[in-house]
Amino acid sequence: MAMLSFEKKYRVRGGTLIGGDLFDFWVGPFYVGFFGVLTMLFATLGTALIIYAASQGPTWNIWQINIAPPDLKYGLALAPLKEGGFWQIITICATGAFVSWALREVEICRKLGIGYHVPVAFGFAILAYVTLVIIRPLLLGAWGHGFPYGIISHLDWVSNVGYQYLHFHYNPAHMIAVSLFFTTTLALALHGGLVLSATNPPKGQAVKTPEHEDTFFRDTIGYSIGTLGIHRLGFFLAIAAVFWSAICIVISGPFWTRGWPEWWNWWLDLPIWS
Amino acid sequence: MKYALAFIGIIAGTLLTIAMMLSWERPPMASNQIGPRGVGMVEINNPRMEAKLQKANVAPEADPPAEVSGVKAKDNEEWKNIQVLGELDVNEFNRLMGAITTWVAPEQGCLYCHKADDQGNVNWADDSLYTKVVARRMLQMTREINTKWTSHVEQTGVTCYTCHRGNPVPANIWFKNEGSPQAAGMASSRQGQNLASKVVGTTSLTYDPFTPLLAKDANIRVNATTALPEGTTNASIHDTETTFALMMHFSTALGVNCTYCHNSRQFASWAESRPQRVTAWHGIRMVSEVNETYITSLQEVFPKNRLGPLGDVAKVNCATCHQGVYKPLYGAAMVKDYEELRQPNP
Repeated sequence: MAMLSFEKKYRVRGGTLIGGDLFDFWVGPFYVGFFGVLTMLFATLGTALIIYAASQGPTWNIWQINIAPPDLKYGLALAPLKEGGFWQIITICATGAFVSWALREVEICRKLGIGYHVPVAFGFAILAYVTLVIIRPLLLGAWGHGFPYGIISHLDWVSNVGYQYLHFHYNPAHMIAVSLFFTTTLALALHGGLVLSATNPPKGQAVKTPEHEDTFFRDTIGYSIGTLGIHRLGFFLAIAAVFWSAICIVISGPFWTRGWPEWWNWWLDLPIWS
Repeated sequence: MKYALAFIGIIAGTLLTIAMMLSWERPPMASNQIGPRGVGMVEINNPRMEAKLQKANVAPEADPPAEVSGVKAKDNEEWKNIQVLGELDVNEFNRLMGAITTWVAPEQGCLYCHKADDQGNVNWADDSLYTKVVARRMLQMTREINTKWTSHVEQTGVTCYTCHRGNPVPANIWFKNEGSPQAAGMASSRQGQNLASKVVGTTSLTYDPFTPLLAKDANIRVNATTALPEGTTNASIHDTETTFALMMHFSTALGVNCTYCHNSRQFASWAESRPQRVTAWHGIRMVSEVNETYITSLQEVFPKNRLGPLGDVAKVNCATCHQGVYKPLYGAAMVKDYEELRQPNP
């Protein structure tokens, strides 16, 4: 892979968190770094374990492969490999790989002297995963509360865990998270549409400017958030959506055991009308 | 003005937040695996709330057995108008009457059902109080449940106490509910929903799922049995929400969640459901028969003040017996100490 003419300018030494110069190099277009090596190790071991664990299961059907967490009886202890132990080691590998990847992003940010917004955003995705397979199981006292690794099986888990709270749409944090996910797509569609509209004028006309973009929204809704603002908004909406998803599952069980509709009794029982 | 509004907003927000935060729970929780690992077939219970519930659902101790006198109630010449319990020994009869009083009318006593004249002389045989007629019918109902519905109550059985718990009218009953009066025009119908209702777990689902779905031969099972819409069911969204509402009632009445009976991967599948679903299936039929044969037969007996807003008699649902527990009174077998309640109706 050839390096772009200007790329060399940005391939500067330093900025590493760990390892000094040892891993401070590129392989083709990819920066490596200590955390790149760590990511590779975790990802390779984890993937190999997934494949091996799948080979010990009853099917190679990609939809039905299922690597399940241990029975609840093992609590927070290690389980035998074929009874959830694979799931436990894969979870360690996945978490290790995700966190290493985020730290590799940090090192790249430091090299370039830019903010940490990308690793922070990715950190929220990691937080959501870690909440599901580590934090919530820890709070409930058993690794068996994690979700299984399998395309269909993890959906079955989501369904059953949802119905344990009778009607998950009444989960207040789930409500906020879902609203934020939808708003994220709305903001992205509006932003994408706006940029494309400004850069695709009728044939023969010059590409339009951000002033045109701002004016479109001022004319439409009386306000434009602006070229930088839309990215702040998008960043906020996306990570808030993920954050509230993590909240919505971590409260289900550790901090609420009844049906979610019942949580709203605080509203029904307000002394104003009850 | 500007600050006053902000001030009011902050106070209101703080109060609402406090109200919102009061009912949260905390770890550690007790969890119980009820299916294969990894599919989320798990029950999570708050042991502190569970302890309170257990305290509130204790069966009273049985009275000591009666000494057999050798005289049956129907053969006692001074006793008249004994229609149901005539085969009982007179001492057993009296023991049962005492038990019924403590189970159903502990404050009101014997005179809740038996008529006394102005001088305080009780005419035990008199049927002029409606409560006595109801009590007789309820005895027949109890025997029917304990002998013909063992598919639901098994050997645990039920007594008056299972529902009454010391209340002359059981705490959990239902009437037909048409909802509150509505505005005219486009908003004229709520379609029986969109009001938070305690009987359906405070959801805004159909607030009277009982009238349509606890009726005999009602079709509760509206879930499609195929992945794609292939016409296995023609239920409307409203039908499915009514079923959901009934299921909410089941859950809150038993203090369990959906996965106590179902694997939500496919609610309709019996093969993937837990055996508890079979017990519930019989329970639905039991409730429907009890309402139809025993409760509704008392329609003319009850005075007006005991009837619902639409003039129907108070009926039973799951909560009437279960009262928030998966087995009423945590499965305490009271009827074994009152075998006369487990005799077939003559």
